[in-house]
Amino acid sequence: MPKIPTWHLPVPDVETSNYWKAAAEGRLVIKHCNACGRNFFYPRSACPHCWSTDTTWMLSAGLGTVYTFTVVHQNDLPPFRDRVPYVVAVVELAEGVRMTTNIEGVDPEAVVCGMPVRVSFRSEARSEDDSVALPVFVPA
Amino acid sequence: MPRRKVVIAGVAESRFGEVPDATALQLHQEAAALAVADAGLTKDDIDGLFSCGADLMHPLVLAEYLGVRPRYVDGTQVGGSTWEFYVHHAVGAIEAGLCDVALLNYATTSRSDLKRKVRSANIAIDARGPAQFESAYGHTVIGRHAMAAMRHMYEYGTTNSQLAEIAVQIRANASLNPLAMYREPITVDDVLSSRMIASPLHKLDCCIRSDGGGAVVLVAEDRVPDLPRKPVWVLGAAEAISHHTMSEWEDFTVSPAAWSAERAFAMAGVKPAEIDVLQVYDSFTITVLLTLEALGFCGRGEGGAFVEGGRLTVGGDLPTNTDGGGLSSNHPGMRGLFLIIEAVRQLRGEAAGRQVADARLAAVNGTGGWFSSTGTLILGVD
Repeated sequence: MPKIPTWHLPVPDVETSNYWKAAAEGRLVIKHCNACGRNFFYPRSACPHCWSTDTTWMLSAGLGTVYTFTVVHQNDLPPFRDRVPYVVAVVELAEGVRMTTNIEGVDPEAVVCGMPVRVSFRSEARSEDDSVALPVFVPA
Repeated sequence: MPRRKVVIAGVAESRFGEVPDATALQLHQEAAALAVADAGLTKDDIDGLFSCGADLMHPLVLAEYLGVRPRYVDGTQVGGSTWEFYVHHAVGAIEAGLCDVALLNYATTSRSDLKRKVRSANIAIDARGPAQFESAYGHTVIGRHAMAAMRHMYEYGTTNSQLAEIAVQIRANASLNPLAMYREPITVDDVLSSRMIASPLHKLDCCIRSDGGGAVVLVAEDRVPDLPRKPVWVLGAAEAISHHTMSEWEDFTVSPAAWSAERAFAMAGVKPAEIDVLQVYDSFTITVLLTLEALGFCGRGEGGAFVEGGRLTVGGDLPTNTDGGGLSSNHPGMRGLFLIIEAVRQLRGEAAGRQVADARLAAVNGTGGWFSSTGTLILGVD
């Protein structure tokens, strides 16, 4: 059996493990700053806007729009070389933050900027008995 | 005490294109020797070294290989714009008397390494730290730039044909440069019918991959009377950074060059309309388009219309990437050094069949990462 490529899969750390745990349970979470009231992504301990460490996790409704995207037709790295063409997008969530993701469940050529999308989760194997859930988006 | 002005005294490329019979360090030395000779200096005059590369602690590796012991060293690495950052830093170091002769030196064997299968075409970025929020989605370097093009098209109606115009005109410039790797003229249809790599960018919207090296020597104004060539003054220099993670880029239609250019033009006391020749990073056609807007040669969103009509060719209103750029001449990796070399050749009047008449003021803009960093230089001759 060929070795499963895992170099691309997230390596959770003390600042991000809650994010990946939530994803495994089918929830998308982002960070909120209690000091300045702003939301931010990617998650980190201190708020990048005001440096307050009084930050908490909040549940995202998982709804947003495609800010921009590309259909990738060439990537010589496994596992992506077997997936082309696929859509990489930056999605703007209703909570005001943006995240990089894939758009699935739609013909890549039908994706447009401004398209409403909702979160979904793609499971990828890390090994024969371990997997990770990745937040991706599908047409809303 | 008045601050010392800084001039570019020497420039050179090593062999470039396909150079399978040389190491990267060898090409560094080849270019350094030519540039130091071009400046009328010798190896032992070098007291500042500015370089980065694939090695761990590259400046140490390079200094040892070259047999130099500089008293000022900078190994900043911010992608393709690193070399414009180095000029900015060297200006400060030379003005302050921390060094007198700064060598900027770069080389790779990127093309041959790919053929030897010691590297992949796409870069595998480990999914640790902030990259854990990107790597799993299969982002590529081209894809990151393609996203900017897609957003520009959405907001401003920019077309694939307008982007293609950039590749066509820079290829036309390359056809005048006997050293350029790709010299055969191309058309807009050639670009649009080339393979899609990451929409909307086609193969011919993308830079080439070459081997090669380059070197630039900067000196204090005290040395000007001894220089064998026309001194090229660094009139303005500035740097800016934006994002590293794509989701942190606030506006995918605005290059951080908007900030570095504003500072560099102000320092030089020059306006975009006064520029005779322009050298900008052209990793992809969209890189050129966003840079033209950010530098102020046209308004925001107007880049598509601006590049129509041959404006960027050697005979055009704004001769740009006159050597054929990274799209057609050479592109060993962090290409910003070659922008400086070509700007100096134009200002000295040494650009032979591609010379822009009476070129006295040049602007240079390097872009690193994925619109992550920019360095802008304004260069001039008396």
